[in-house]
Amino acid sequence: MTARIFVPGDAGALALGADKVALALADGLAERGLDAQIVRNGSRGLYWLEPMVEVETDRGRVAYGPVAAEDVAALLDTGLLDGGDHALRLGDPEEIPFLKRQSRLTFARCGITDPLSLDDYRAHGGLAGLEKAVAMTPAAIVEQVTDSGLRGRGGAGFPTGIKWKTVLATTDARKYIVCNADEGDSGTFADRMIMEGDPFVLIEGMAIAGIATGATKGYIYLRSEYPHAIRAMNAAIAIARTAGILGASVLGSPNAFDIEVRVGAGAYVCGEETSLLESLEGKRGQVRAKPPLPAHKGLFGRPTVVNNVISLASVPIIMDKGAAFYRDFGMGRSRGTIPIQIAGNVKYGGLFEAGFGLTLGEIVDEIGGGTATGRPVKAVQVGGPLGAYFPRALFDTPFDYEAFAAKDGLIGHAGIVVFDDTADMLKQARFAMEFCAIESCGKCTPCRIGSVRGVEVIDRIAAGEAPDRQIALVTDLCNTMKFGSLCALGGFTPYPVMSALTHFPDDFRPRAMNEAAE
Amino acid sequence: MQQQGTQAPADIAGRTNAVIDAKKGLEGPLLPILNGVQAEFGFVPQDALPVIADALNLSRAEVHGVMSFYHDYRREPAGRHVVKLCRAEACQSMDGDALAARLMDLLGVGLHETAADGSVTLEPVYCLGLCACAPAAMVDDQVIGRLDRDKVEAIAREVRS
Repeated sequence: MTARIFVPGDAGALALGADKVALALADGLAERGLDAQIVRNGSRGLYWLEPMVEVETDRGRVAYGPVAAEDVAALLDTGLLDGGDHALRLGDPEEIPFLKRQSRLTFARCGITDPLSLDDYRAHGGLAGLEKAVAMTPAAIVEQVTDSGLRGRGGAGFPTGIKWKTVLATTDARKYIVCNADEGDSGTFADRMIMEGDPFVLIEGMAIAGIATGATKGYIYLRSEYPHAIRAMNAAIAIARTAGILGASVLGSPNAFDIEVRVGAGAYVCGEETSLLESLEGKRGQVRAKPPLPAHKGLFGRPTVVNNVISLASVPIIMDKGAAFYRDFGMGRSRGTIPIQIAGNVKYGGLFEAGFGLTLGEIVDEIGGGTATGRPVKAVQVGGPLGAYFPRALFDTPFDYEAFAAKDGLIGHAGIVVFDDTADMLKQARFAMEFCAIESCGKCTPCRIGSVRGVEVIDRIAAGEAPDRQIALVTDLCNTMKFGSLCALGGFTPYPVMSALTHFPDDFRPRAMNEAAE
Repeated sequence: MQQQGTQAPADIAGRTNAVIDAKKGLEGPLLPILNGVQAEFGFVPQDALPVIADALNLSRAEVHGVMSFYHDYRREPAGRHVVKLCRAEACQSMDGDALAARLMDLLGVGLHETAADGSVTLEPVYCLGLCACAPAAMVDDQVIGRLDRDKVEAIAREVRS
């Protein structure tokens, strides 16, 4: 049997030189007359070890990392194909503590299989969920998803099954499944990883959603900043059509379902579901007032399920293993697993899928290993640019929708960005307002005008112009934005601003005073 | 490089119509068409807007409204290279501000600007999803992670050569 060597084709691995490694490997194998196949897999999500090369041996897979192109010759000479010893040898990847501690359900195959091999997909449990779903009634599928406790992984945390039930109950002749793959939050990359590393799982999840609700057409609204994911999804959809997973008869059933990728054009606000629908219709990505809910009047006025990539990609395993299996992970009302993305100034950055309930401190200190710079952690922003900055004093907060809300934060799409003690929290608060001003769709006044005024007020704080008055003003402004904005962009921008102000008041003293104190 | 800014309107209309013909059958075809036009010309020429408006039975103002809403669409040709530098929080946490300043200094352009010699356009991007290997950038189609001073200097050399 030809040995298989895995060199990730994931954008994160590519950014660290994976293509050069793959080229050097191909050359090195040819020069030595060695027989091996190079597979471009997804990433396991251990980015400090990328490019992480794995080789299939008689004793299982053996990993090496981080591998540079210059290491390849020595690796081949020390017997890479047999899992030979080398300074970069990591051994069995599943035994690496970062991976061993995880509960990989949604990401079960990511980094293991060839993303575009249906044989690999089937061999690792793929399609088992869809096969069960085609034999069930739509109501039974919806019930199983509801019972699993799955909630929207895009950030809002709305129960997925309830959304599906609403669409199932409509009688419209045409319904849609829209996958929100506009993953614009800084610190998040789970959607990108799954689309690049296991695209069939998203296709399977969307097909199940279609059968469950009576929708026959699916759209994946994918951001233009993700060219690798766009290529992977388009290739996987073409393969799925040829194999009869998509098309007029899904897996030979009477259900029709097809998927089309639509590429965005660089607007953060299009991650908001109604703005996304407007964009899909070919309009400016402006937020719609709700009601009507997209489940009643969504894309082109038709009943539409809008789900995040991870929500949909979690459905196949729920259908395969059952609602109880999934629900048994997690805590409180946050059931199942959550792919936490550990990012920014952190030693061990990457994807960590686990049941809800780990504390923020466990995630940052134990799993993430503290900062990359080795300096003390000052703050972590959880949930993207609209998420709160948490100080060390709140590191006992468990990763759970309700627990974060209780601390005036949100878990959002579960990205965590770590900052060391050189971070200037006034600057971060200013950026939150600035980002809101850049990305505001302009429809509602609190967001459009409030964000611009917010930047100005924070600049006056920095300049020391009546700082107490300015702080009162920005607090009042945040209150208006929080309660007066149409969507989460204006409504949640106060989270990073107010958390920075509340937890790091020293950074909001006039600049001159800070310098005098130092 | 072709002088994209000085093409005859007839040529623009012809190439725009080819894009429209390929996408017109889609539901909600305007974004796919604008994406296609930008891929064809490297930017969205003003002369393409009435052609699109006519084909989709929209007013020119509506097409302009959509085009101007999205950050991706350029009104002018970009430089020979496009550097997209991530300016979002994860990259900020890894000294992204200083590296951005350094890159602007080396290239002699600010964000959203194209060098006078047409060699490079520098654009901010709010997240490339490479947050676990920040700071990150995309140079044309190449993604680059863990930017540092050396890598920033290498980018500047490459796009200037």
